[in-house]
Amino acid sequence: MRIARSELYAGRTVLLALSAITILPFLSVFTTALHPSGTVPSGLSWPADPQWGNFVDAFRVANMSALLASSVFIVLAVVPLSLGISTMAGFAIGLLRIPGAKWLLLLFIFGLTLPFEGIITPLYFLAREMGILNTRVAIVLPLIGLFMPFAVFWMRAHFVNMPTEISEAARVDGANTWDLFWQIHVPLARAPIASLGVLMSVWAWNQFLLALVLVEDPTQRTMAGALGAFQGHYATDIPLLCAGTILILLPTLVVFILFQRQIIAALLQGSVKG
Amino acid sequence: MYSFFVLQPLALTVQYSLYRWDGVGPATWVGLSNYATVLSEPRLLETLFNAFRLVLFFSVIPVALGLVTASIIQRVARGRLGTISRTVLFLPQVIPLVAAGIIWGRLLSLPGLVNQTLSAIGLRDVTRAWLGDFDTALPAVGIIGIWVLLGFCTVLLLTGMTKIDAALYESARLDGAGWFAEFKAITVPSLRNEIGVCLTVTVIAALAAFDIVYVSTGGGPGGATAVPGIQIYILAFLERQVGLASALAVVLVVLVLLVVLPIQRLTRGPES
Repeated sequence: MRIARSELYAGRTVLLALSAITILPFLSVFTTALHPSGTVPSGLSWPADPQWGNFVDAFRVANMSALLASSVFIVLAVVPLSLGISTMAGFAIGLLRIPGAKWLLLLFIFGLTLPFEGIITPLYFLAREMGILNTRVAIVLPLIGLFMPFAVFWMRAHFVNMPTEISEAARVDGANTWDLFWQIHVPLARAPIASLGVLMSVWAWNQFLLALVLVEDPTQRTMAGALGAFQGHYATDIPLLCAGTILILLPTLVVFILFQRQIIAALLQGSVKG
Repeated sequence: MYSFFVLQPLALTVQYSLYRWDGVGPATWVGLSNYATVLSEPRLLETLFNAFRLVLFFSVIPVALGLVTASIIQRVARGRLGTISRTVLFLPQVIPLVAAGIIWGRLLSLPGLVNQTLSAIGLRDVTRAWLGDFDTALPAVGIIGIWVLLGFCTVLLLTGMTKIDAALYESARLDGAGWFAEFKAITVPSLRNEIGVCLTVTVIAALAAFDIVYVSTGGGPGGATAVPGIQIYILAFLERQVGLASALAVVLVVLVLLVVLPIQRLTRGPES
């Protein structure tokens, strides 16, 4: 394809400009975080005396190690359980075609469009009744439920495309449904299970509304929820707030840069299927 | 699990919406009057309008700009530059929305980068606290949405573009079609599916916006950026009007369905 030189330059300029606009906010927060605590620095300016200690302070006042532990706990509780349930459900709907599968699927598709706000109020009262308000369990259990529509949909899309010959051959060899699931289909579904796991981890990590409503203590929350609380406490100390924001961002950014291919691919596939 | 933590609460939301309840004492049956309040009280009705105003920023602009950006990458930056700008543009998508809210809260504040830039190019007169100003707060929140969602749309549309048959463009060019004619006649129709997905995801993000708004403005100033998500939270947990909050929640759920279903139908075509 031949492209005029002028278009080449114009196009590249636009791209560079857009990238710069995307990056600048991060840089601005970063430079702000280096200013002396308690000052109100202007947008983008390198401080005369960079206060790297702000990061240490933020780490300490935000109780960052407890936050990390809490978020990791929530992710570890939510993701494997959700994967297990949704794989089985996807298997039942997509491959076994259990009676009523069509209706179940419709129900889950409806769930895909459901905003979390639609059910947050009863969730609060449910959690209170169950006595799990203000514990991590109050985030974990509803989150598993809320991930189900997407997760089941995702796994069904995989199982529905598996050739039936595989299952038939295994049946002939005397496999029962349980064997068929564990020995044959789970190993074959490793790739979609892995991408689903990555996606759900990021979403759990970033979940805010549930954490805000169901858990008061920031050290029992997700990272995003903790950041919300941190903002409430230190809204006036802008450099400290910015340092805390960066610390909380860092894990997701590192994970993204390491796994960017997989994450982008998973997010895109996921939305196309949805 | 799904039925206990999603369907049951949804049913409860509908049930609560028919009562007046403060969350503690006994509830009184009030029938549909909560819905009447939602649809008549300006404060609540305004949140629904605000949600649709956000659709312009969260959906229309990112999808349109995403189409242009993706086609630029496709045409002039197939190599390294394309890969890098794709990654960079996608970055805001993976950070927590709360963080996006805080970051932009800084940028749009009085001493923030936006005002710094404006002053530098001689527009000191228009500088203001963008998120605190009655007229600019909602568009300012919208800008945050564009920043977050542009990368997602671009990357998704770009993936679709790489699947378009190059021969189509060749023949269009032989017929003397220019860039825009090509864009209109080939690119956009071929991407019907992807555009539909982008619109669906971003429209839900707009109508159900919560995190960004809560952190950057909290619905203020004076309700200028109050969206249904925020209002539900305020009603249910700060003002203890559980019934009214639930009615608004039901309206929101129905609205999302009403907007998303036609988009799906239009863009998916008859095959599904």
